[in-house]
Amino acid sequence: MSTATTHEEATENHEVEDHGLSDKQYIVIALILAALTAIEVSTYYVDFGPFFMPTLLILMVIKFVTVVSYFMHLKFDNKIFSYLFYAGLLLAIAVYCGFLATFKFFLKQG
Amino acid sequence: MVESAIAHDHGVSHGAHASSTGLSNNKMGMWMFLGSECLLFGGLISTYMLYRGRVSSGPQPNNIFDIPFTSVSSFILLMSSLTMVLAVSSAQRKDDRNTNLWLTITALLGATFVGGQVYEFTAFYREGLGFTTSLFGSSFYALTGFHGVHVSVGIIMLIALVGMNRNNRIPGDKAEVVELIGLYWHFVDIIWIIIFTLVYLIPS
Repeated sequence: MSTATTHEEATENHEVEDHGLSDKQYIVIALILAALTAIEVSTYYVDFGPFFMPTLLILMVIKFVTVVSYFMHLKFDNKIFSYLFYAGLLLAIAVYCGFLATFKFFLKQG
Repeated sequence: MVESAIAHDHGVSHGAHASSTGLSNNKMGMWMFLGSECLLFGGLISTYMLYRGRVSSGPQPNNIFDIPFTSVSSFILLMSSLTMVLAVSSAQRKDDRNTNLWLTITALLGATFVGGQVYEFTAFYREGLGFTTSLFGSSFYALTGFHGVHVSVGIIMLIALVGMNRNNRIPGDKAEVVELIGLYWHFVDIIWIIIFTLVYLIPS
């Protein structure tokens, strides 16, 4: 009984893992990403004042995480895959922020 | 049976080699590769950020970029991620016809993006921005060129996949192969999300 239940649960999990979301949900996510891109592009035409840079950076991060989580299925997959990818990403961010700081890049921007 | 169910749950594909983690080695290898690619593009992006204001001769970044054109290119690449995920979804349903259709559309959208990049590079060169004109030019062409090469490699993989799928020559779990190429394709898209914002939209 318990074995059968475990197998059923595993099968259900497999379905979630395989499909992640339905095709309609993928289309909705793509529309949201398109809308976010439209807001990004609007910063070229509309003056966002002091919100210009934060708006663009926040939208970039939201789009990045959305594609990784839903289109790349990282949200539904085993956590080890997340650790592998985000370890590389965080290492790159740390190394190159250090690299730019060495050249006083952030001081120049301020 | 329980072990078998757990292995099944953790994504070991039919016909794939069992691993000590219970996960697909192919998938783990692809995620490690993508993690290492972050370091490659991190280097190129930070070099560009450092050198984009260094224009000794030739045009300035803000005078040369065509934001409306690049926005359309970005939108096309973003939509290719949707068609790719629909291809993966079809492959998991074992729907070969739709898998091939979505893969072909993804390749066409990718080719449109690369065509746009070739047009952009040609226009910039005519306006006086060569690879050795300035540090800005060198770092810009290196960054966007490397990305373009990645998209081109992705297109070749997609076309090969469609051909192999038609002839039923994909070894092992077909859905996993489509998913792995999909991961690469989405990675190319997320790198462009960063490039589009940092290089094109934020002025130097």
